[in-house]
Amino acid sequence: MTPVKTQPILEAREVTRTFRSGQRCITALAAVDLVVLRDGVIGLIGPDGAGKTTFMRLAAGLLRPDSGEVWVQGLSTRDQALAIQSRIGYMPQRFGLYSDLTVRENLDLYADLQGVAPANRSTRYDVLMQMTGLGGVQQRLAGNLSGGMKQKLGLACTLIQPKELLLLDEPTVGVDPVSRRELWQIIDRLVEEEQITVLLSTAYMDEAERCRYVYVLHNGYVLSHGEPQALCSRMQGCGYAARAPGVHRRALQGYLVRASGVLDAVIEREWLRVVTEPELSPERLKECAGVPSLELDPLPARFEDAFIAEFRAVGSRWQTTVSGWAPPQTSSEPETVIRVNALGRRFGDFHAVRDLSFEVNRGEIFGLLGANGAGKSTTFRMLCGLLPPSSGELSVAGADLRRASAAARARIGYVSQSFALYGQLTVTQNLRFFANVYNLRGDRRRERIGWALDGFELRALANVDAEDLSLGFKQRLALAAALLHQPEILFLDEPTSGVDPLARREFWQLINALAECGVTVLVTTHFMEEADYCDRLVIMAGGQLLALGTPESIKQQVAGGRSALPSMEEAFIALVESPQREVG
Amino acid sequence: MIKMSVPWQASRVRRLWGLLRKELLQIVRDPSSIAIAFVMPIVLLLLFGYGVSLNARNVPVALVVEQPNGVTADFAGSFRHSEFLSMVQLPNMHTAKRALRAHQVDAVMHLRSEFARKMQAGRSAPIQVLLNGVDANTARIVRGYIEGSLNGWLQQRAARQGQRFAPPVVLASRIWFNPNVRSRNYLVPGLIAVIMTLIGAMLTALVVAREWERGTMEALMVTPVTIGEVLLGKLLPYFLLGMGGMIVSVVLALWLFDVPLRGSVWVLLVVSAMFMLAALGMGLLISVSTRSQFNAGQAAIVSTFLPAFLLSGFIFDIHSMVGPIRLLTYLIPARYFVSFLQTSFLAGDVWPVIFADVSALAIMAAILLGITLRRSRKRLD
Repeated sequence: MTPVKTQPILEAREVTRTFRSGQRCITALAAVDLVVLRDGVIGLIGPDGAGKTTFMRLAAGLLRPDSGEVWVQGLSTRDQALAIQSRIGYMPQRFGLYSDLTVRENLDLYADLQGVAPANRSTRYDVLMQMTGLGGVQQRLAGNLSGGMKQKLGLACTLIQPKELLLLDEPTVGVDPVSRRELWQIIDRLVEEEQITVLLSTAYMDEAERCRYVYVLHNGYVLSHGEPQALCSRMQGCGYAARAPGVHRRALQGYLVRASGVLDAVIEREWLRVVTEPELSPERLKECAGVPSLELDPLPARFEDAFIAEFRAVGSRWQTTVSGWAPPQTSSEPETVIRVNALGRRFGDFHAVRDLSFEVNRGEIFGLLGANGAGKSTTFRMLCGLLPPSSGELSVAGADLRRASAAARARIGYVSQSFALYGQLTVTQNLRFFANVYNLRGDRRRERIGWALDGFELRALANVDAEDLSLGFKQRLALAAALLHQPEILFLDEPTSGVDPLARREFWQLINALAECGVTVLVTTHFMEEADYCDRLVIMAGGQLLALGTPESIKQQVAGGRSALPSMEEAFIALVESPQREVG
Repeated sequence: MIKMSVPWQASRVRRLWGLLRKELLQIVRDPSSIAIAFVMPIVLLLLFGYGVSLNARNVPVALVVEQPNGVTADFAGSFRHSEFLSMVQLPNMHTAKRALRAHQVDAVMHLRSEFARKMQAGRSAPIQVLLNGVDANTARIVRGYIEGSLNGWLQQRAARQGQRFAPPVVLASRIWFNPNVRSRNYLVPGLIAVIMTLIGAMLTALVVAREWERGTMEALMVTPVTIGEVLLGKLLPYFLLGMGGMIVSVVLALWLFDVPLRGSVWVLLVVSAMFMLAALGMGLLISVSTRSQFNAGQAAIVSTFLPAFLLSGFIFDIHSMVGPIRLLTYLIPARYFVSFLQTSFLAGDVWPVIFADVSALAIMAAILLGITLRRSRKRLD
C-alpha cells in the first residue's frame, strides 16, 4: 500500500471520553472530530487539562472512547489496539525510561520489544545516536541524564523501529530552551528524511507555529483548527508594541489590561505586546488607555494572539484584587532584604549550587532562571531555610531562616512547585488551616479568608475538595494560602509551570500588583519569556551563575554592541552555549 | 506497511528476553530489591533462629525453705541440674513475693516448715507454687517443668530407699519429630513461608506499582508486547529470586541452626515452587488493582505478609484459634506451605499431608494467576 497524502492516517469521529473522580464526572473529551493526514507535524494545542493526553492515549489504544471511534491507519482502537500499537510510535508525557538502566540498555530493551532484528540494530542505533547526540553517554544510567537528554533518549527509544505515525505527548515540557530547540530539529528531520507523520501535543504557543496544521483544544472541545498561519492571519493588524516613556512597564500593563477592547497586554522584551479586538483603532486605544505618552508600533500577528482571542471568548477574566493590602513602610532608598554571598551546596560529589552571590531589594520582582537541574530549587530551599548551605552565607529579611524565630518566618510566604495543599480538605478548610498555621485569629482570620475567597474567585468553589480543582485553581489557592498573613517577601517556586497562558497572565498581574505594594517577590521559572516581568534576575546553569542584572542588561551583554536586542530565550541559549559552560 | 522481518515466534521470544534482562538488571542495581530478597530473610532467620524462642529455658524460679534440713536440700538439689529452670533460694516468702512482683523470678516454690516431717511420715506434703500468669504460655510451661522435676525427684528418692515408686497411673509420653522440643526446629522452617511471601507477593506488587508510578508501564503498553508477556516478564525473575531466597533460608536452617531435614529435597523444591506461584499470584493480583507503591505495599502487608505470620500456624497453633478465624486460615496459601514445611523438615515425606497441601497450593496458584491474567488489560482504564 502506498501512502496517499489525502488519506487520513488517524481519524477521530465524535469521540467522547469521561472520567470519574469521586462523585464528580469529568469530561476530558467531548465529541472531538480530528483528522490527521500524512503531512508533517500536526499540533494538538491547549492548556493543561484540555484533553490532550486523553486524546493521545485514545489514539494509542490505551483508553477506549465512551462513544465515537478512533481509527489509526484504518484500524479501530476499540478492538485492534495491539495491531495499532505495532504500527505507531508513542511517547507518553513522562516517557518510561528505566532509570536503573543505561542509555544503551534502554535502547536494547525497546529494540527487543519492537522486534528489531539484531542485524539491523547497529545501523539504526548509529542513526539515532547521531540524531540525538547521545552517542557519548551510552553507558550512563538514564536516571543521571538531564531532562532534555531524557526526552531525547525517550524519542530515540520510540523511534527504534521506523514507524509511519508518531504520537508525542508534550515532548518539550520541562525541557530547557536549548534541548527544546534540539528536539524540534530532530522532529523536523524525521518528517523530512523518514516521511513520518507526527501528532504532537503542546502547551507552548510558539511551537504551534512550527506545525503544519493545528487543533486547538479547550476543556475537551476543539475550539478551532487550521493551518497556524491561517489562524494567525485573523489577528493580523491587531498587535502592537506599546511603549510609554516615563511610565514603568508594569504600570503601563495595568492601564492597558483595563482598557476596553484590549484582548491581551503582556510584557515582552522592552515593550508591551498589546492585542486588541480587530475593530479597535490605535487612536481609539490611546484614548481608552488614558496614557498620553503611549506609542504604538504594529507587530506581526502570532499564534498566541489567536489563541488568547479564542480563549477570551470562552473563558472568564480573573480579576484579582490586592485591596486591603497594608503596604510596608516604604523608604525612598532601596533596602536590601535578601543577601546571598558565595552560597554553595553539595550533595555528595555533586555540586548543586556553587559560589552564588546576589542581593534583592525591597519591592523587587527577582527571577531565578534556568533549565531543570540548574540549581534553582536548591537555592530556593536554602533561602527558605529548608536546606542548610554547604558553604557561604545568606540572610532573608535580616535573618538566616534556618535559625530564625517563628516571627521572622511569618514575614515570608512560600508557594512550592507542588502547591502543598491538602487534597482531602475543601478550599475553605485549606485556607482555615493555613490561617491557623500563621496564627491568624478571630475577625482577622475571617476577614483574610474572605479576602482570599473573593480576590481569587474561589468563592464558588469554597466547598470543593482541593484535589478536585483544576491546576490553575490549585495554583490560585496555593497563592492565596501563602498570602493570608500578608508576607513582606514571597517565594514562588516554578509557579506557572503547566498553567495555561491565560492563567499565567492573571498570575503575573497579581504579582505585579503585589510588587507595587512593596512586597518583594522571588520567583523561579524556566519560561524564558517570563524573565521580562522581573526587575532583575539571575540566570543559572549547572549550579552556577551565568548572568545577573536587569533583563535589558543581560540581553545587552549577549548582544555585544549590536543594536537589535535578542529575546530572553535567545540570550539564554547564547549564555548557556558560551565556552565556559561545562558539558553534561 | 509492517515488515515481518522475523518470524512471529522468534519476536515473541525476543520480547520476553528483553523484559527478563531488564528486570534482572534492575534487581541487581536496585538495593531495595536485594534488601528484601536477601538481607531481610537473613535478618529474620537470625532473629527467629537465635533471638525468639518459645521454649522456657533458664527460667528464674525462687525457692523458699522455712526449715532447711536434709530432705529440703535433696529436693533443692534435684532442680539444680535442670537446664530449664534456674533456681535461687530466698530467705522468706516476703522477699520471694517481692521478687515475683518485680519480674525477677517467674515462679516461687514454698516448702513449709512441716514439709520434711510430713514427707517422712508418709503423709501428704503440699508444696505451694506461685506462678506469674501474665505470660500464660510460660506459666504453663514452668508448671509442667516443676511437676516433671518433682516426679523425677520422687522416683530417685524411692529408688535410693530401695522402694518402687508406684503411682497407680503412669503417663508414658514420648515426643515425636522434635524430641528436644526445640522451638527453633519448627520456627525456622515456618519462616521460609514468610520469607517467600515477602519476595513473591510484596516485592512483586511493589515493582509493578513502581513501573506505573514512573510511567514505564505506559511506555511498555504501546509496544507490540502482549499483556501475557509483561506478566511473565515479572513472574519469572521474581520466581527465581524467591527460590533463591528459599534456598538461602534452607541452607542457613540446616547449617547454622541444625534443623533436621527429614523429607526429600526434591519434594521440598517442588512444593516451594508451587507456593511461590501462589505468592506471585497474590503479588500480581495486588499490582493489577493498585498503581501506587504506597497502596501496593499496604495491601501486600495486610493481605499477605501478616496472614503468613499470624494465621499460617507458623507461630500460633491453628487448632487453638476460634472457629471463624480457623476457617479464614484455609484461604491463606502460607497455611498449607507451613504445614508442609514443618512436616518435611521434622517428620519426613508424609505423603497424605504433602498431597493435601500441594493440591491446595496448586489450586490457589491457578486461581490467583488466572484472575490476574483475566483482569490485566493492555489499557489504562
